[in-house]
Amino acid sequence: MRTAIALLFLLSYGFSRVATGQGPVSFDDILNASAHPHNWLTYSGTTFSQRFTKLGQITRQNAKDLELKWVYQTRSLHKFEATPLVVDGVFYTVQPPNDIVALDATTGRVFWTFSYNNGPVRVCCGTVNRGLAILGDTLFMGTVDAHLFAIDAKNGRPIWKTKVGRAESGYSLTHAPLVVKDKVIVGTGGGEFGIRGFIAGYDVRTGKEVWKFHTVPGPGEPGNETWAGESWKTGGAPVWVTGSYDPELNLTYWGTGNPSPDWNGDSRAGDNLYSDSIVALDPDTGALKWFYQFTPHDEFDYDSAQVPVLADILWKGQPRKLMLWANRNGVFYVLDRRTGEFLLGKPFVKVTWMSGFDAKGRPQRVPGMAPAREGIRIFPGNAGGTSWYSPSFSPSTNLLYVSAWMDYSSIFSKGSAEYREGAGFMGGAVKSVIPYDRSPIQNYRHHDEGYGAVIALDPHTGEQKWKFRMADVTDAGILTTAADVLFSGGREGHFYALDARSGKLLWKTSLGGAVTSGPVSFEVDGKQYVSVNAGNSVFVFGLR
Amino acid sequence: MVLVGVAAVLLSMPTTAAWAHDKYSDLDITEGQRLFNGFCAWCHGPEGDWVPQIDLGRGKVKGDSSNEGLIATIRRGVPGTAMPEHPDFTDPEIRAIVAYLRSIGADRESEIPGDVDEGRKFFEGKGGCLNCHRVMGKGSRVGPDLTDMGVLRRYVEIERSILEPDAEVLPEYRSVRVVTGTGEVISGRILNRDTFSLQMIDTRERLRSLRLAELRQVEIGEKSPMPSWKEKLSPQELANLVSYIVSLRGVPAQ
Repeated sequence: MRTAIALLFLLSYGFSRVATGQGPVSFDDILNASAHPHNWLTYSGTTFSQRFTKLGQITRQNAKDLELKWVYQTRSLHKFEATPLVVDGVFYTVQPPNDIVALDATTGRVFWTFSYNNGPVRVCCGTVNRGLAILGDTLFMGTVDAHLFAIDAKNGRPIWKTKVGRAESGYSLTHAPLVVKDKVIVGTGGGEFGIRGFIAGYDVRTGKEVWKFHTVPGPGEPGNETWAGESWKTGGAPVWVTGSYDPELNLTYWGTGNPSPDWNGDSRAGDNLYSDSIVALDPDTGALKWFYQFTPHDEFDYDSAQVPVLADILWKGQPRKLMLWANRNGVFYVLDRRTGEFLLGKPFVKVTWMSGFDAKGRPQRVPGMAPAREGIRIFPGNAGGTSWYSPSFSPSTNLLYVSAWMDYSSIFSKGSAEYREGAGFMGGAVKSVIPYDRSPIQNYRHHDEGYGAVIALDPHTGEQKWKFRMADVTDAGILTTAADVLFSGGREGHFYALDARSGKLLWKTSLGGAVTSGPVSFEVDGKQYVSVNAGNSVFVFGLR
Repeated sequence: MVLVGVAAVLLSMPTTAAWAHDKYSDLDITEGQRLFNGFCAWCHGPEGDWVPQIDLGRGKVKGDSSNEGLIATIRRGVPGTAMPEHPDFTDPEIRAIVAYLRSIGADRESEIPGDVDEGRKFFEGKGGCLNCHRVMGKGSRVGPDLTDMGVLRRYVEIERSILEPDAEVLPEYRSVRVVTGTGEVISGRILNRDTFSLQMIDTRERLRSLRLAELRQVEIGEKSPMPSWKEKLSPQELANLVSYIVSLRGVPAQ
């Protein structure tokens, strides 16, 4: 019964490791992640969030030789949006909503699983999770019932658990946390439930809250005057995509979402700070250093829930610390990330809600272009010119790559909005010819009804350098590599490699499920791999 | 006086010795476990807690929870529910099932009250338990993490694991020892295995995934690497240690 099972293998050739783990990950490791591209240590690859890897074994010439190495099928039918982390051959991802799995990065075999049963949950758009953070031997994960977990990366056991918000009221955590020094930073979703959004820093060791920055200022705080009456109490401005960090400036940057209610702004007259904004915070205290609001008094659900891409490039001939931002509102922006100064704004898709900018970078609204009782068509549509899907900036090509919804519009209808705790608080409805469902479904649409594309933008001008056009739209992120290979996918279920210089298709495969995450790349035993989620599975590719 | 004494003993003697003072013989419990797993666990679950609002392991039943009540319920079933009658069971068989239920339900404290703090001191100090076990992020990851063991296991089970570690070793706690093609020996705890590979955490707490074709030898131990503490602990020390482990209820939400 309890005798040892002995399996003898008489093969004599030498032992080789498959995966070993794995010294603790220091914050220096995370800051210098681009110098150690065999790992993927934070949501966007580095704290600059360029989703660019220095790995270059897969080239434009040999990308045609990519083949499937392994698949991990989740035991979940929820949308699979997680970006994995890879640490010295161990691959961590989140099976939605909130189970963590640790896999051998070369075979997909399971080391351990952490399972979590959420309590009551209120989410608008799926019980999703977009990934993890790591520091030391500890993984950090937010849950859709608004808790933050610290999990032992070696055995999947919880270390601490902190309640971040009241899930019954609509608070949720869906994005991957960001570790900055000794704090783990998260913000809360819930813009469709009239939450009062915030970003908070927690002690990585204890889970105790160290600071909290409300994305909707309270009475007496600057910005509260941009909310009529009591509307700030249910003002939304959620956070649902991971921020970035510049160690030299010691600033962490986070995009905020729509003001609540989404499509009826009557009760919240004013600009509604800091909704639809980028906020630059001191990561040690949470103090606001600067902000820029992309869409003042938004009535289109144009969340600025995008990854802030940081790039140090020449601007008008001078080196400058920039932030590149293709926004859901359809406009590409360049900001000075020291100060928030507006440098450039140019639509990258068809835009009808605004016509230009004033000298300070405030958008000029087109009169009459706002949700109406009878409905009105506005470009871009409710899902935006882009959304949470990660863009990529390549320091090799100096181009920003964006997953865009081209020529896409919605009919925005204003309705009544009455706040009730935990109930939807949207104030209307939207209609679009593009369905919400992401699974590959029959596509009957013309291109002029909207289509997806990967577009390459010149950050100096906002000009489109090339476009890879798809029939259906895309919820996929983008990865670029030092060998100028670009990886992405879309709702059609294709995963493909493009020439990052020209947009030419190098390789494609059909994965049978919508690609709804950002690809990553890693290396084990000298071999480069590329990973992506499609449908409900992880797919990992390498060269033959 | 002597006659009266004998009569008192006879009057207090139950039908089997196992019933005396609700103490059950190992034989009864083992037989009861066999019957429970074969007939009852399909609906009630291995821990007796699958049916809503019923937790047999903790004595939580609908109706009479006395021994006689349980015997009657097993014998006659519960009309109108999925609980069938069991006319074919013999009386000793039904008593054995009840004995087993009582044994797993023995969430009793030791007859000697345990001191949780003293148990923790022993666990972290003289006992050397952290050399293999982990609690709330402290200690080794190679042995079972005990952070929530007080929720997962009952007093008697924990006590048995300390005194007789080999009595029951859950598959997820099995040790593994491999010899590679170059003769390197790697030991640790098995995490997973398939036809071609094996995943383990080694004694240096590294997650390792190994190709079987590249290994000379693989041994998966079903015996516990933990030493037995039988006769090495005083009753008080044992009570302290078990009480401490029972007090481990997982990571609280803050």
